Amino acid sequence: MRNFGFTTTKSRTIDYEKIDTRLISYILQNEPSFNACLSCGSCTAICSAGNLTSFNIRKLSLQIRLGDIENTKLEIDKCMLCGKCLLECPRGINTRNVIMLIKKGLNIIDKNEI
Amino acid sequence: MIDVLIIGGGIAGIETACSLQDLGYETVIVEKERTIGGHLNNWDTLFPTHRPASEVLEYYTEETRKRALTIYLNTYVTSIIKLDDGTFEVNTSRDVIFHSKTVVIASGYSLFNAERKEEYGYKIYDNVLTSADLEKKLKTLNGEFKTPTDKVPEKIAFIHCVGSRDEKSGNHYCSKLCCVTAVKQAIHMKQICPQADIFCCYMDLRMYGPGFEEMYREAQEKYHIQFIRGRLSEVGENADGTLQLKVEDTLAARPSKIKVDMLVLMVGMESPQSTALFKETCGLQCAPNRFIQPNDHHIGSNKTNIDGLFTAGTSIGPMSIFDTINHAKASAITIKNYLSRN
Repeated sequence: MRNFGFTTTKSRTIDYEKIDTRLISYILQNEPSFNACLSCGSCTAICSAGNLTSFNIRKLSLQIRLGDIENTKLEIDKCMLCGKCLLECPRGINTRNVIMLIKKGLNIIDKNEI
Repeated sequence: MIDVLIIGGGIAGIETACSLQDLGYETVIVEKERTIGGHLNNWDTLFPTHRPASEVLEYYTEETRKRALTIYLNTYVTSIIKLDDGTFEVNTSRDVIFHSKTVVIASGYSLFNAERKEEYGYKIYDNVLTSADLEKKLKTLNGEFKTPTDKVPEKIAFIHCVGSRDEKSGNHYCSKLCCVTAVKQAIHMKQICPQADIFCCYMDLRMYGPGFEEMYREAQEKYHIQFIRGRLSEVGENADGTLQLKVEDTLAARPSKIKVDMLVLMVGMESPQSTALFKETCGLQCAPNRFIQPNDHHIGSNKTNIDGLFTAGTSIGPMSIFDTINHAKASAITIKNYLSRN
């Protein structure tokens, strides 16, 4: 078809019918405490990486729940694994384990194993 | 002349009557319905323990029977008049006029009428229920749970703050109990429909009481209930009877749409019409939320602006069962002090 140079904007609406749950399911199977997140943001406030880059672990956790796997791939390597978020979390979520599981989960998804 | 006339035979009224009777005072309860127990009669289970509401009801029925309390059923109060000698004349729908040294308003609350939030589709779409409807449905559940259109639900959403914290519906205040009730009902639904995805759309989660935060965590971690921070804007119905919700996920800062088989509206508590009537007939002072204004929030929450007129339970604002029982017990002590002084 001839290209007239027009584009359409992708809808920003989250459609709960179309959420990719592979990564979130994998994390929750191995670290159920991840679901106890209150989105308080204390992890992000203390984050060493977040101090220097656009890395936002609170936002990332939400994006994972909404199935945004592509963006997670881009973001996750910014984490320096210092573990300060783990000390801070009021719900005692093992955030460092979550980060490791994200990395593992993304690998498994790449290999089409889940 | 009776010592204490108690308006309302719910938990607050009965507890006040029992406590006062034990202290040696003569009490009379006036109840507008044909049975005692108030709203508790329509409730299935209670937070945070999920115990059957009938257990509490049975306890109070037994306490009432043991003390042979005097209760006028099917009778409602039409006016409270304070006489010059400091006593009260209470007129009722029957041909009975009570003369009493003190009066306790234990007339409770009424539930917000969800039809007032037309955009939520209550009584317009079949699969929209209120939290009270769900309790009734669970109480009489026989066999598998099905939605009003006879489907085993795969997706259910609970909407917090319906008629609460909403000036559009005339109620600016928090009803306090709907948050934890939603969590309780969400857990209950997940237990009986384990295949269902359950969403709770909230503005803030106010898990103020003992055991509430624990329930919330259990709902997240064990039952995988999804909490979405955002207020429902509107509901539409699909051709197949499912409902389409529009809610902003305010944490993601993105609009979202959720398709569900059943929607539960967490209706708030309102001051009942009777309170407005009492206000009119005896100059009772009410707060901006239309509930009775306590004489002193901290050290006189059972007292009103009228000497000898007391309150027990939710007539002063939203309260849980255990808060109501404590408030009623406190009312009995306050009245005892009043009667022994006068």
